[in-house]
Amino acid sequence: MKNIAPKLTPEQYEQNFAELHPPFTSNSAVAEANRCLYCFDSPCMKACPTHIDISTFIKKIATGNLKGSAKTILESNWVALTCAKACPVDVLCEGACVYNERGEQPIQIGRLQRYAIDWYFEQGMPTLFTPAPKNGKTIGVIGAGPAGLACAAELALMGYDVTIYEAKDKPGGLDTWGIAPYKMTQADSLNEVKLIERFGVKIKTGVRIGKNLSVAELEKRHDAVFLGLGLPSPTRMHIPGEDLPGVYDALEFIERVTTRNWKSVDVGNRVAVIGAGNTAIDAITEAKRLGAEQVMIIYRRSRNEMSAYDFEFELAKHDGVIFHFLTAPIRILGNSHVEALECTRMKLGEPDAKGRRALEPIPNSEFQLPVDMVIKSVGQKANESFLSEIPNLRIQNGQVWVDPETLQTSNPKYFAGGDCINVGKEVVHAAADGKKAAHGIDKCLFSKESVNKSGKHG
Amino acid sequence: MVDLSINCGGIKSPNPFWLASAPPTNSAYQVCKAFEAGWGGAVWKTIGEPVMNVVNRYGAIDYNGQKILGINNIELISDRPIEVNFKEIAETKKLWPDRAVIASLMVESTREVWNDIVKRTIDTGCDGIELNYGCPHGMSERGMGSAVGQVPEYCTMITEWVTEVSTIPVLVKLTPNVADIRFPGRAAKKGGAHGLSLINTINSIMGVDLDTLELKPSVDGKGGHGGYAGVAVKPIALNMVSQIAIDPEINLPISGIGGISTWRDALEFILLGATSVQVCTEVMHYGFRIIDDMLEGLINWMEEKGFRSINDIRGKSLASIADFGDLNLLYKTVAQIDESKCIQCNLCYIACEDGAHQCIDIIPHDGKNQPKVREPDCVGCMLCFLVCPVDDCISMVRKDDGTEAITWNELMKKLPQPLTWEALRQFQAKHGIEIH
Repeated sequence: MKNIAPKLTPEQYEQNFAELHPPFTSNSAVAEANRCLYCFDSPCMKACPTHIDISTFIKKIATGNLKGSAKTILESNWVALTCAKACPVDVLCEGACVYNERGEQPIQIGRLQRYAIDWYFEQGMPTLFTPAPKNGKTIGVIGAGPAGLACAAELALMGYDVTIYEAKDKPGGLDTWGIAPYKMTQADSLNEVKLIERFGVKIKTGVRIGKNLSVAELEKRHDAVFLGLGLPSPTRMHIPGEDLPGVYDALEFIERVTTRNWKSVDVGNRVAVIGAGNTAIDAITEAKRLGAEQVMIIYRRSRNEMSAYDFEFELAKHDGVIFHFLTAPIRILGNSHVEALECTRMKLGEPDAKGRRALEPIPNSEFQLPVDMVIKSVGQKANESFLSEIPNLRIQNGQVWVDPETLQTSNPKYFAGGDCINVGKEVVHAAADGKKAAHGIDKCLFSKESVNKSGKHG
Repeated sequence: MVDLSINCGGIKSPNPFWLASAPPTNSAYQVCKAFEAGWGGAVWKTIGEPVMNVVNRYGAIDYNGQKILGINNIELISDRPIEVNFKEIAETKKLWPDRAVIASLMVESTREVWNDIVKRTIDTGCDGIELNYGCPHGMSERGMGSAVGQVPEYCTMITEWVTEVSTIPVLVKLTPNVADIRFPGRAAKKGGAHGLSLINTINSIMGVDLDTLELKPSVDGKGGHGGYAGVAVKPIALNMVSQIAIDPEINLPISGIGGISTWRDALEFILLGATSVQVCTEVMHYGFRIIDDMLEGLINWMEEKGFRSINDIRGKSLASIADFGDLNLLYKTVAQIDESKCIQCNLCYIACEDGAHQCIDIIPHDGKNQPKVREPDCVGCMLCFLVCPVDDCISMVRKDDGTEAITWNELMKKLPQPLTWEALRQFQAKHGIEIH
């Protein structure tokens, strides 16, 4: 890369990556908890994909029963700290808070959840859950991301012997590798993994199925397999210059930032991110906070169509990001490295049957933006070549097809959840999927057998 | 122009707000500072017998993160020498001739001692005397405070020892730690009191420390009962003030005390018969400066309602006090929920369902769970109205046409006695009252 942005001082990095939502003090947590109306059948609980009994866990914070609060949270959501810190609460629980209806600030549910879980982790995770006696069945989970972890935790508590296979050297999936450091740290994610390991879940990192371990061997070892493998492959843009030095995939870039070795991550002085989803916003704000001078988002549609949440858009604007809407990249220019991005102006046509407006380039509107670094954030795809190794696995619209009730795939031995079945959803959806699939597996494995060991399957 | 001046049993002050006899009136420094802020009067912290305090002295009850809903104390009467108090009272009165300076007294129960202290008190030039028959801790064990207030005969006797030598008005401060407040009230009247102050603090144990398992507050590991005050005691005080106010045998001016923290509270005491009001806990929490809002709020309210003086409003709500047997059995209201204001917290639903009469349903509507009252089943208990966090969302709507009224006392004259369930059921059926 040419024109690498000058490195910042350690203090500047720490300031730039300081938490956006710092923890509550105990006084402020209790004050906020007491503001909660303790609604019955509360809308926040319904808005949460994992249906945490929010008003109950908040009430428990108010009474000083933090252990009980953590239990209420965790029994619905095994990656509750990640969700507390990284969930788009504005559009989920906090967006549903009845205070909005009264024209007042909603309860800060995310921060309260984090308060309870932080406390629980700081106490050394005192025992809240005890796994049922082993039921003799073993389950393989591919991917130690939020879906896999949630599925594994739930199964382990039901008495299953669970092994997670993770290709990377650290577990946690996108919770570890994909969340902006001003939202949470890798240590937070790894703490959640520790909790799940306490239930007896084995995690084998550095194991890539199909490479270090064959699909056949996996099937031989386990009674059922959960696919929580996410969307590991970046989508290509298919424009000239895409492979020039200085062109990065957003997740690859973000992953390096999560290590917090700020100085080791080079950014250009002028950075363009292509795409306008939440990942794009993370990438561009991180580039700015690492010292990039000029940061911009290139998006072929308009503000109305961008998938980033409003609060992410605001954050980016606050960081000085320039948004080039109705602008499509057509070529990345440069000899030995990125020097400029050639774009064309676009216009939106009439909406199609699905309401999505057609998009067409405006003739002769091409122009060049001088840039030193291009970060592509135009979506991720499933690893279809690996998925094709699993017999009879139906792929539909680039996603693994599942039965919506049990999350069982077209191959009855396999279940799936998380991003590989829900392109572009949140960690909290993955957590909900994992749990749902665990119950799907349990139902499937014990539907023909009468098992009365725990009285649970009778 | 509103006139806030009052005359409470011969004690005059430019406004009805007095500081109660308590830590805020411990010294001339404090009382002068309070007068500077605008307080109309101050009842000096009780002076009398030599005492020695312990620490810690105060405990508080917090609620839902709000500090000091109630406070209790085991502090004794003034622990400053009596001569110092007399000197400071005299100096304060000289500096603030228009304010009410009242000396609170408590000494051992002998005529000579009481006669003597009253005379010395009058020499200070203060406007009146308040007899502390109320402290429920520390002094009562020595035969003073509530030990006097709980025995009507003692109340009369000691009040007589005071009034026989006093040339200034004498108020008697009553303890609420009695079964019926009217008896000590009548006894004080019999002893010649010019007015009554109530209530003193309520006997209480503030709480238990869940780590040490000791009482709160703890004095080197031990604790005991103390006097409870603050917002939490207001309803108890209002009841007792009104009982004194409507008692035909008493008919004395009242200085109302007990959880008064705002001008609104003060108004309620005045509407139930108080002439002056005394404040302590709220000042202990926030300082003398609260008088600003108290005066302003009171004046604004009086102007808005067209009242000109405290006399205009004193006791105005007493007429609405009735015995249960004189309430209209045919008055009928039901709860109505304004759906445009409802935020679907459904607290009304769960309160009615688990805590009352199961007459609110939850109806899914537009993706929301809308609570709805089943009017025919609503008994009009008002619980939903009370729990609703949205102003004017639930209202209690009158359903009877107002043409018929009958009280329990009237009904009992009509129905055969002894009363049977069947007779009562027939009366209810006739008026469409269904008990489910």
